[in-house]
Amino acid sequence: MLDFLRLPWHWSIAGVLIGLTVPVLYLIGNKPFGISSTFKHICAACLPASTPYFNYNWRKETWNLFFVFGIFLGGIVGATVLANPNPIKIAAPTQADLTQLGITQFSQLEPTDIFSFTGLLTAKGFIMIVMGGFLVGFGTRYAGGCTSGHAITGLSNFQLSSLIATICFMLGGFFVTHLVLPLIFKL
Amino acid sequence: MKEISEEEATNHQQTTESFKSKLKYVLVGIFFGIVFVKAEIVSWFRIQEMFRLQSFHMYGVIGTAFVVAAISTLIIKKFKIKTIYGEDVVFGKSVFHKGNIIGGLLFGFGWALTGACPGPIYGLIGSGFPVFIVALASAIAGTYMYGVFKERLPH
Repeated sequence: MLDFLRLPWHWSIAGVLIGLTVPVLYLIGNKPFGISSTFKHICAACLPASTPYFNYNWRKETWNLFFVFGIFLGGIVGATVLANPNPIKIAAPTQADLTQLGITQFSQLEPTDIFSFTGLLTAKGFIMIVMGGFLVGFGTRYAGGCTSGHAITGLSNFQLSSLIATICFMLGGFFVTHLVLPLIFKL
Repeated sequence: MKEISEEEATNHQQTTESFKSKLKYVLVGIFFGIVFVKAEIVSWFRIQEMFRLQSFHMYGVIGTAFVVAAISTLIIKKFKIKTIYGEDVVFGKSVFHKGNIIGGLLFGFGWALTGACPGPIYGLIGSGFPVFIVALASAIAGTYMYGVFKERLPH
């Protein structure tokens, strides 16, 4: 059983389990499933509340921080007790495209030539980690949610604005993948 | 700008929860983090496959999650299922604003660069890629900048 759980999980299993998180959070505490709000709660909790956006009762939202702390712990379990003994299998055309870009590490969940502390010190690592992270934080809050809040919770409640946001997430990703990454990898 | 703040994911529960009763969210999070890592949703490679239309994996995950969440939401509404504290479930309404488009595109840029949406950032820090602490710090800085400039941005 444990050996089976260590293998990568099929998309349908992951989809069902992630989908069920929505009703579970509604029913155990009237909470809408969303993750990017935690960035806002961290700002509200740690920084002086001179900005109206961060001036609210963040203590009522600490459940969200408990939740993401759990995700961090789940990450540890997934990478230790349940770690996949085999190298990751990447779609052949993607691996070919990425090899052409200049990626050399294909065995782990992340290309460690970029997503490591040594990678961070390179121009492309800095852009992808620091600027990428900044855009994730700025963009999700400007859009009012991320993949969980808009593409799963909002869409499942048939919110038009969530559909528009989700389409824009995808368009932004297509743009950077096909037109910007080749430029970054030339640096 | 009240419409915008109302669409933020907020806690609608009236009953206050103690530290101990909040631990159940840690449990749900652990479960969720394991799914993230084991289905490799946290992987930059899976996100690249998605944006290059070279694998069905991520479309399958998000599509199935949407269907399951939508059916569950309809069941909760139809049978007026109450929370474990006996409260009616409150479903957030979100009002369209220009940020859904501009912010959505900007997040899409960041998603393709980091290969991680907010949930996977937390999962990756746990699963042996501590450099994502830097991505998390940048994301918090990005959120802070949004908060500071919010009133001057088109909504």
